[in-house]
Amino acid sequence: MELHHEVEQFLYRQAELLDTKQWQAWIDLFADDGVYWMPADPAHKHWDGVPSIFAEDRNLMAVRMKRVLHPDAWSQRPLWGTNHVVSNVILEKTSPDDIVVRSRFHMMELRRDDVRHFAGAYRHHLKKTAEGYRIKLQRVDMTNAQAAYEYVLQVWV
Amino acid sequence: MLQERVPDLSRRLAEFVEPDRVRREVYTDPAIFELEIQRIHERVWIYCGHESQVPKAGDYYAVQIGRQPMVMVRGADGKVNVLYNRCPHRGNMMVGDRQGSSGEFFRCSYHAWTFHHDGRLRSIPMMESGYAGTPYGKDNPDCSMKRAARVGNYRGFVFASLSPDGPSLEDFLGKAIVAFDDMCDRAPRGEVEIVPNCFRVIQKSNWKIFLENQLDALHPSVTHQSTGRAAHEVEKDIEKKTGHAPLSYHMLSAFATVTIDKWDNFQTLNYPHGHCILTGYMGLRPRDPDTLAYEKTLVDAYGQKRMEEILGVNIHHVLIYPGLSVQSPLQQLRAVRPLGVDRTLTEIWHFRLKGAPEAIYRRSLAYYNLVNSPSTLVNADDLENFWKVHQGLSSEGGDWVSFARHFGRDIQKGEMVETAANCGTSEAPMRNQMKAWARYMAAQ
Repeated sequence: MELHHEVEQFLYRQAELLDTKQWQAWIDLFADDGVYWMPADPAHKHWDGVPSIFAEDRNLMAVRMKRVLHPDAWSQRPLWGTNHVVSNVILEKTSPDDIVVRSRFHMMELRRDDVRHFAGAYRHHLKKTAEGYRIKLQRVDMTNAQAAYEYVLQVWV
Repeated sequence: MLQERVPDLSRRLAEFVEPDRVRREVYTDPAIFELEIQRIHERVWIYCGHESQVPKAGDYYAVQIGRQPMVMVRGADGKVNVLYNRCPHRGNMMVGDRQGSSGEFFRCSYHAWTFHHDGRLRSIPMMESGYAGTPYGKDNPDCSMKRAARVGNYRGFVFASLSPDGPSLEDFLGKAIVAFDDMCDRAPRGEVEIVPNCFRVIQKSNWKIFLENQLDALHPSVTHQSTGRAAHEVEKDIEKKTGHAPLSYHMLSAFATVTIDKWDNFQTLNYPHGHCILTGYMGLRPRDPDTLAYEKTLVDAYGQKRMEEILGVNIHHVLIYPGLSVQSPLQQLRAVRPLGVDRTLTEIWHFRLKGAPEAIYRRSLAYYNLVNSPSTLVNADDLENFWKVHQGLSSEGGDWVSFARHFGRDIQKGEMVETAANCGTSEAPMRNQMKAWARYMAAQ
């Protein structure tokens, strides 16, 4: 139960960092070789070598963050906020060097006057370190991903 | 001949397009949009897809041409057909999904009329008793699925035209056919195959705004400055740590490192029918082991001389008016599907060079993911501009859109208009597109 509680708190904290735009702190939750992956196709098993909506290591996350923070990132200028709810947390595997946890998310985004909703499933591979849990791989199966996109995704979901 | 839905507009259109400027209504008037659908999109050759999207008999892929829901399907004879996605009985769409297999024949989900993959009627339930003594039956073409007037296939790329008249596909493409030659020739086996994924992104703007941006060499260092700088910083960090950053960082950082004045070094070639080529590319011929291994596969296939010719083709983008933007050196394309006067769908595909090493596929895949996916680091800022352009053109703050940059310096060479030296940021491609547009729109 303690592990379950800790992992839940970790997931909530990660979502909170996105909603409060603490990009570097969000990136720092990933292990040095950690990857954030949103598959283009739910059937894909591995992020490497297939089309993906996101397939980012920490270097690419840094590009995205620096871009978002640049004053001339035109599409980032408007009022823009998100609100994540994470739930349905299920521990799938509990060995300390590979904790696998599934959860569901629902995210509401406001940009100018437009509201969009995104929902789907997270599957985190975590490891326990002296500094706390670190993400080895976060897989995001977003249900919306199979439909045409009205506008684009600016940052991680 | 298609029925004209907007008969009165034609007379005024001639006043809307001048050599170096265009009236704003061309982008925002719903009546003009309706006429464009009839006179351009439902007449000219429109890209449907690549034949490797439908590898087996019965495989289909739905595609929109103008307002018409069509279906591209592989027949039992191996030929790719393009049919109206409509049952001739009561009008039900034959397929509801974007893609799939129809098996040995199409079967309507409403009353089980069945059709061969070339559209011919195959059977109607209780046909003899139900239609005895009527003109309905296999010999009546009105009982078959209607076919696109013309279907063309160039090196696996399938196009359809809903008009029986007009130039052949090859004549229509003209010199822009290099888009497909360049892509296929870069494959040691001379062919590409689809990477089975389509990114679909909707732009809240008129379709022409997207096309005009494709060969606009002035915008990258303005629009994409943030991404270029961010990628450049990280690229330098990686180089410091490991000595070598992946090529994809260079492709992004070029938006900042190629400063605005350097884009005049590029050149555009403008052809009949509105097609255009932007030449030049940013460091596509590196000397890393992956590239060298790839070059060896090309030498083995074609010899040294031909390999040099193939890799020496100097193309950034090929625009095939009115609906296709091809980046042949990176094996990707964007098909433009106008949904409404202010809504445009882009369907974005990536291709694999048959016989090339995996590393070459992965290199262009990185570009596909970073630039062309729905989480794009690049197009996001274009889409923002497109929306703002469309909003601005909806206002009465001005009547004209200016395409005057480097106007008067274009060099006419036969049917081609070439930009002069150091005029890479010329608005010649937009002038060329609007010239084609005006010609199409004037044709009854």
